[in-house]
Amino acid sequence: MGLETDYEVPVLTTSAEFMIQWARRSAIWPVAFGLACCAIEMMATGAGRYDMARFGAEVFRGSPRQADLMIIAGRLSRKMAPAMRRIYDQMPEPKWVISMGACASCGGVFDNYSIVQGADQVVPVDVYIPGCPPRPEALIYGIVQLQKKIAASKLDQTPKVRIA
Amino acid sequence: MIAEDIIAAIAPAVPGASYEASISSDAAVTPTIRVPREFIVATCKALQAPGLEYVAFSDVTAVDFHPNRAPRFDLVYHLVSPHRRARVRVKVGINPQEAIETLTGLYPGAGWPEREIYDLFGIVFDGHADMRRLMMPDDWEGHPLRKDYPVQLRKDAQTYMPLQVTEEEFKANLERDRFQRGSAKPK
Repeated sequence: MGLETDYEVPVLTTSAEFMIQWARRSAIWPVAFGLACCAIEMMATGAGRYDMARFGAEVFRGSPRQADLMIIAGRLSRKMAPAMRRIYDQMPEPKWVISMGACASCGGVFDNYSIVQGADQVVPVDVYIPGCPPRPEALIYGIVQLQKKIAASKLDQTPKVRIA
Repeated sequence: MIAEDIIAAIAPAVPGASYEASISSDAAVTPTIRVPREFIVATCKALQAPGLEYVAFSDVTAVDFHPNRAPRFDLVYHLVSPHRRARVRVKVGINPQEAIETLTGLYPGAGWPEREIYDLFGIVFDGHADMRRLMMPDDWEGHPLRKDYPVQLRKDAQTYMPLQVTEEEFKANLERDRFQRGSAKPK
């Protein structure tokens, strides 16, 4: 990448891959999908005080068809798992998943029959965020980590079909 | 109205039933009576009669006393008399293999609470029109709120949802929706 100043109009040269991944990581739109108390922290992250818009991820879409990111915010019950998988399947590629909090990552305090012990049994997870619930700073840190992951990934590394 | 008064009022209407006033710390607000399993419908019918008018169904729940007691479960009905602003609690002892008559004939609102008890405790209500699970998935095994249930069980998560309508119903729904969207009205 370089800035060419020999011309009448300055020209920035880079690779198409960097350009595309820059566009993808700079506007990660999450699907509006909250499961439990972590979703309250997720809402706080989107609101003015923490302002997830600084990282281009504030547009919570009501439809999975318009979303790039699923934030699993809360404990995933066994009965919810098929619904969540369906929403994930409806999201267009490329798509990413953040497992927010202890319950989504490993079941947390709910070590019982009704809660899925780790949402990665249902969908492939890119970033795990610890905490019970994680503070908005932690969620923002997770999104930044995801941005770094997207920036470091090659275009042809984005799989077409992913099975958990 | 204390529990003994309620028993005196309903006893003539239900011959053969042996009632028992139960001691509870909130007896001043909610008197508690124990009812034999066979007489639950007749008792509730008597409780609906003029003078008592327990016509509103608040809730039914269950308690598992395993392994300390026989009968193992207590069914606990809460009935309300809106006219007299009074409540009553009706307790019925029941064992796992026994069934009890449904109250949906007297109280239509009892349908879902009875399904919930069937789901979580495995107590079957005879005469219930729709005795399916309410909370757990339809193909779940076991009844989670029983004391001998393995709470921390390990099991793979289910990631698919079975079709909840038959193929014919699915097609009929599509046809109906098409009519509603278009200008033609279904005949």
